[in-house]
Amino acid sequence: MSTDSYTVHPIFFPGGDIGKLAAVGSINDVVVMGARPLAMLDAIVVEEGFPMETLSTIVESMLRILTEEGVALLGGDVKVMPKGGVDEIIITTTCIGVADRVITDSGLVPGDSIVISGTIAEHGATIMALQAGLEVEGELKSDCEPLTRVIEVAKDIEEIHAAKDITRGGLASSLNELAEKSNVTIIVDEEKIPISERVKAYCEMLGIDPLVLASEGRAIIGVPSSRAEELVEELRKAGYEHANVIGRVVKRGKYGVLLETVAGGKRILEKPLGEIVPRIC
Amino acid sequence: MEIVRKFRDKKLIEAVSKSIEKVAKKLDYVRIMHVCGTHEHTITFFGLRSLLPDNVELIAGPGCPVCIVPAREVDEAIEIALSGIRVYTYGDMYKVPGTKMSLADARSEGADVKVVYGFNDVVRLHMKDQREAVFFAVGFETTAPTVAALIDRGLIPKGLMILPAFRLTVPIMKYILSDSEIDIDGVICPGHVSAIVGAGAWSFIPRIAKIPAVVAGFEPLDVMLAVLSILEMLLNGKPRLVNEYSRVVSWRGNIIAKRYVQKVFYKADGEWRGIGMVKKSRLLLKSKFKHLNARYRLKISVSEGPDFKPGCRCADIILGKAKPTDCPLFMHGCTPERPQGPCMVSSEGTCSIWAKYGGYERV
Repeated sequence: MSTDSYTVHPIFFPGGDIGKLAAVGSINDVVVMGARPLAMLDAIVVEEGFPMETLSTIVESMLRILTEEGVALLGGDVKVMPKGGVDEIIITTTCIGVADRVITDSGLVPGDSIVISGTIAEHGATIMALQAGLEVEGELKSDCEPLTRVIEVAKDIEEIHAAKDITRGGLASSLNELAEKSNVTIIVDEEKIPISERVKAYCEMLGIDPLVLASEGRAIIGVPSSRAEELVEELRKAGYEHANVIGRVVKRGKYGVLLETVAGGKRILEKPLGEIVPRIC
Repeated sequence: MEIVRKFRDKKLIEAVSKSIEKVAKKLDYVRIMHVCGTHEHTITFFGLRSLLPDNVELIAGPGCPVCIVPAREVDEAIEIALSGIRVYTYGDMYKVPGTKMSLADARSEGADVKVVYGFNDVVRLHMKDQREAVFFAVGFETTAPTVAALIDRGLIPKGLMILPAFRLTVPIMKYILSDSEIDIDGVICPGHVSAIVGAGAWSFIPRIAKIPAVVAGFEPLDVMLAVLSILEMLLNGKPRLVNEYSRVVSWRGNIIAKRYVQKVFYKADGEWRGIGMVKKSRLLLKSKFKHLNARYRLKISVSEGPDFKPGCRCADIILGKAKPTDCPLFMHGCTPERPQGPCMVSSEGTCSIWAKYGGYERV
């Protein structure tokens, strides 16, 4: 079971809206624990004066995901706050699922490999660019989508040691969490991390590291190295063409995550700190 | 992106790294200083220090235009903002502490402070809102022309004033090289600044300080080539000025930009945060533009106060005398979330870059 509150600006973006995000987000939290999502509750808070049609559009897009995923909406609540009491809209969703075998985010062991399900930072780059006032239509698109299929494919491997969806804080944050909770060190090959050319270009332009930008439909999965290539192949066959092995797990050293950079150097990959602000020069 | 890719090519960089190792073997300990926040970003972000032999050290000098603005001048901007006049500022400057507070704090006390990306934004926003406002003009040789060009062409809208806090990197480099406490064997000159001032502006480094200097770009290969070139010059004992960044930087620089700056500003002695007075290192508005000068028009007066919190070693870090890890506050009470000194506030500050990209240890 998982619960989370969702707020995003702008509330509509290429690839989704806050309704889709709220449904997908909590479904993914349950799915990466190895569960089949069954039911959801929602609570919506809107600012006084929020247009009814906009609210219906958002709710419809939430329901579309639930229908597609076969998740029942058991009930919910809507509240209106005075103008300024809340910024447009906040949605909280709670999702419950059932697992035969629970996957944790703490089971990595030395000798594992880290597999990623697709290109990173699509969601974060889209939102950052929109907030910076850039035109992104046709260029960038959020990766907001359920991870149900990804985890299904992975489960066939049977030896998943850990899994995690990449959300706020990006790949950097998720890897650090996995490493910390499993008490191991992860060595990541930056070159192997799938990033689309468009996201790369926007990140260069805005001076932002894609490794700290959010995804809303990507997972990292830890499996024994001997099975990693097989998992990548299965994922690619299932349509996740950018799936790749991005790193390996070793005995815990001084730091959680080490990055072998595209330039061949090495550095510590930190959890994102402070606000993400575009650099000036 | 294609050209960027070549300058990040792992194989090329590895080859340069091997050459560096070979040359460095024949040399003693070498300390190379750069003076640009973006260079420090490239070095840390791509983990370049891990590709250098142990006897080659890259030191970050005063390359962050936000970090070196004295607290006193931040106080001036804050006083203006608190008096009810709108202040436009860069995001990096927004949270930098003055003696008592930052512009961000002033805003939470009700002052009208707006964050902008550049001077053109200021003019655009000002035309829309039409209210008395001041632009807190911070930056090196690179940002001064953007302001000077609009002033010279008479394009500053009514009611908009300038609070100039520009500083110049060429004079600070002269200052550093004359400081006997700072021991440097070579300099990587800032690429962006050089695009304006021209590579020739740095010719004093080999001539007077007798050490090699290389104007370098901002990709990993640029920096590695600059290091190799400096080491080779040290080995053959012939320090020169080399322009590695010739795809952008010419010998004379951007003549038009320089002309605008000369027409609008004059050079004056200027205070640098933590460093003190540096000769001819500051740009102030010429008297014929005093109607645009916030200091003249608004008669602001601020009192002296400390530039740093107790324990903060930003001053030594800016000068390359200390590393962020030498500071007792670094990551102990001073973090990107709760910065105490300017080097941690600004995204171009060495402390902030080391904290965010794990620069505090060679791995």
